[in-house]
Amino acid sequence: MPEVLKAPLVVEFPFTRSLGPVQSAFLSGLRERVVLGVRTGDGRVLVPPVEYDPVTSEELGELVEVALTGTVTTWAWNHEPRRGQPLDRPFAWVLVRLDGADTALLHALDAPDGPDSVRTGMRVRVRWAEDRSGAVTDIACFEPYEAGQAAAAHAPTVHDGRFADPVTGIVAPARLDYTYAPGRAQSAHLHALAERRVVGERCPSCRKVYVPPRGACPTCGVATSERVEVGPRGTVTTYCIVNIKAKNLDIEVPYVYAHIALDGADLALHGRIGGIPYDQVRMGLRVEPVWPDGGGHPDHYRPTGEPDADYETYKELL
Amino acid sequence: MSAATTTVTGAATGTGRGKEPVAVVGVGQTKHVAARRDVSIAGLVREAARRALDDAGLDWPDVDAVVIGKAPDFFEGVMMPELYLADALGAVGKPMLRVHTAGSVGGSTALVAANLVAARVHGTVLTLAYEKQSESNAMWGLSLPIPFQQPLLAGAGGFFAPHVRAYMRRTGAPDGVGSLVAYKDRRNALKNPYAHLHEHDITLEKVRSSPMLWDPIRYSETCPSSDGACAMVLTDRAGAARAPRPAAWLHGGAMRSEPTLFAGKDFVSPQAGKDCAADVYRQAGIADPRREIDAVEMYVPFSWYEPMWLENLGFAAEGEGWKLTESGVTELDGDLPVNMSGGVLSTNPIGASGMIRFAEAALQVRGQAGEHQVDGARRVLGHAYGGGSQFFSMWLVGAEPPAS
Repeated sequence: MPEVLKAPLVVEFPFTRSLGPVQSAFLSGLRERVVLGVRTGDGRVLVPPVEYDPVTSEELGELVEVALTGTVTTWAWNHEPRRGQPLDRPFAWVLVRLDGADTALLHALDAPDGPDSVRTGMRVRVRWAEDRSGAVTDIACFEPYEAGQAAAAHAPTVHDGRFADPVTGIVAPARLDYTYAPGRAQSAHLHALAERRVVGERCPSCRKVYVPPRGACPTCGVATSERVEVGPRGTVTTYCIVNIKAKNLDIEVPYVYAHIALDGADLALHGRIGGIPYDQVRMGLRVEPVWPDGGGHPDHYRPTGEPDADYETYKELL
Repeated sequence: MSAATTTVTGAATGTGRGKEPVAVVGVGQTKHVAARRDVSIAGLVREAARRALDDAGLDWPDVDAVVIGKAPDFFEGVMMPELYLADALGAVGKPMLRVHTAGSVGGSTALVAANLVAARVHGTVLTLAYEKQSESNAMWGLSLPIPFQQPLLAGAGGFFAPHVRAYMRRTGAPDGVGSLVAYKDRRNALKNPYAHLHEHDITLEKVRSSPMLWDPIRYSETCPSSDGACAMVLTDRAGAARAPRPAAWLHGGAMRSEPTLFAGKDFVSPQAGKDCAADVYRQAGIADPRREIDAVEMYVPFSWYEPMWLENLGFAAEGEGWKLTESGVTELDGDLPVNMSGGVLSTNPIGASGMIRFAEAALQVRGQAGEHQVDGARRVLGHAYGGGSQFFSMWLVGAEPPAS
């Protein structure tokens, strides 16, 4: 039994966000060391602010400035901070109700004395980041503020939400780390490719041969295990001529991207056609793989020189 | 599947036998554009939802449930966006659910909402679909670098272009048909204030001479990338009776799926699409779609898919779809207008694209389609598909309630 392969898969993208009026004011405020909330129809102050009233669904826009001090409403200790978290040493995740607000904001509490020093009801204040750009990370974290006990009656003040050079959009980089395992069938296929053999699997029910194999027949819903060597020659069933250069692809345009039915396979796979001018490729062209050094998928396919396949022989594979 | 459970429509007693007739009484869209940098995703969906409620003469408390759809989360990088959009859509304290079936999602979302009304689970349902493509890159989202797999070397157009060539080979269609479709749809879009592309100086010659991207697909025969949302208000008979404007009535709706790749798959005319259309026609009592349906709004992301779907949906015999296009039958003033709104070729907020098709069908039978109204449209088909021709959803709406 050959080993089942696995490899890291990193999915990473810098998504952009258009903020809309309320979030734009909130993040622009953080840049200017101001924390804004929004007043709802029933008079409550929500921090962070939202665009639409959770009770009445009405559009909200009355912004108010709240204090930079507040009270922890609940918390959890984070023993091992991970990449991208607000602090690189153990800290507490806290919900902080800022003075003047009716709801709590999620953030980090820097508590150097450890979890025993954190409690619900403790007083905290904002610690600003030195470099602020209009992001929730402009608040570096919260810190204990035991001196500020008596701020319970803080009244929020109306704010017009206007700032010079407001932040209207942010970049929200996202990254997911997976370990990808292609499974038994595809692993066997890849091991065979290293020996320049193309191995698929036949469905025990419909007898169709799948290349690359998936370990199951998508039509019959049964496991496949009977290995079948196919190709390596095949027929171009259809194709397109690619005239635009794709990012991350080191292929000169124009080139031909084709569907190729390997001899003995019951559906076509995709590959590039080389070794022939792009405008001479045709449906029915007979091709064979050109293997890369070091194994793996064929680099491309080239003409075998055989006569073209008759349309009737491959039209069911289109 | 059991035909008996799906053929009963409009028993018209309201006492629990048969399905409740479903009426579309509100339609709302944003002006679709390349980038809506002035609004958040919440602001975008809100705009369409508000317009649909205004059209229906309703307000947030009148809605019993919200059904939302969009394409893969990777398209904007917001995981489970429905959670964050509950406030914007007035869904707090109400059932809210999200549907996902790739590019067909706008259609299947509307059908899930319609089924809630038909089953009398809810009286009035707000349904909405959206995409804010400017916040990410759909091509990236669709081509993650999966280890060990042979990478797709050609982009989305490169995935579909070989199927277009297969269609041309199979039918003998002349090369120019695709350009005719694009020229028609872009001109239709000029009559639709919500369409993304408004190419006022479009000519057939410009389409024909646009760069060949994935031969046989030219630049002007591809869809744009759009930010936009579409919403509808679906309701029961009582709700329709209260509505300020005419309703569109659901006469048939169905979804079908099949694997993206399997031995025997017909990419030119997928079996799931044929089966889906047949189910819709059976529900609606349509024997001859070409004669009995007045107009079609179908999901055509690359121009050649118009003749391909005309065959798949039974409007033309196999191999004959391109002749309808070539002879002008599918023009706005033709005998079977197709994509009166300008279609996906003129507007493509992916997750919303299917619902825009369904909504256009509703607007037509309500007589509310403005400058792109087809005179006398009584029965119109809305169609969506997605994935690698994997998911299909369709509905047929009429100006009259379904016969009991």
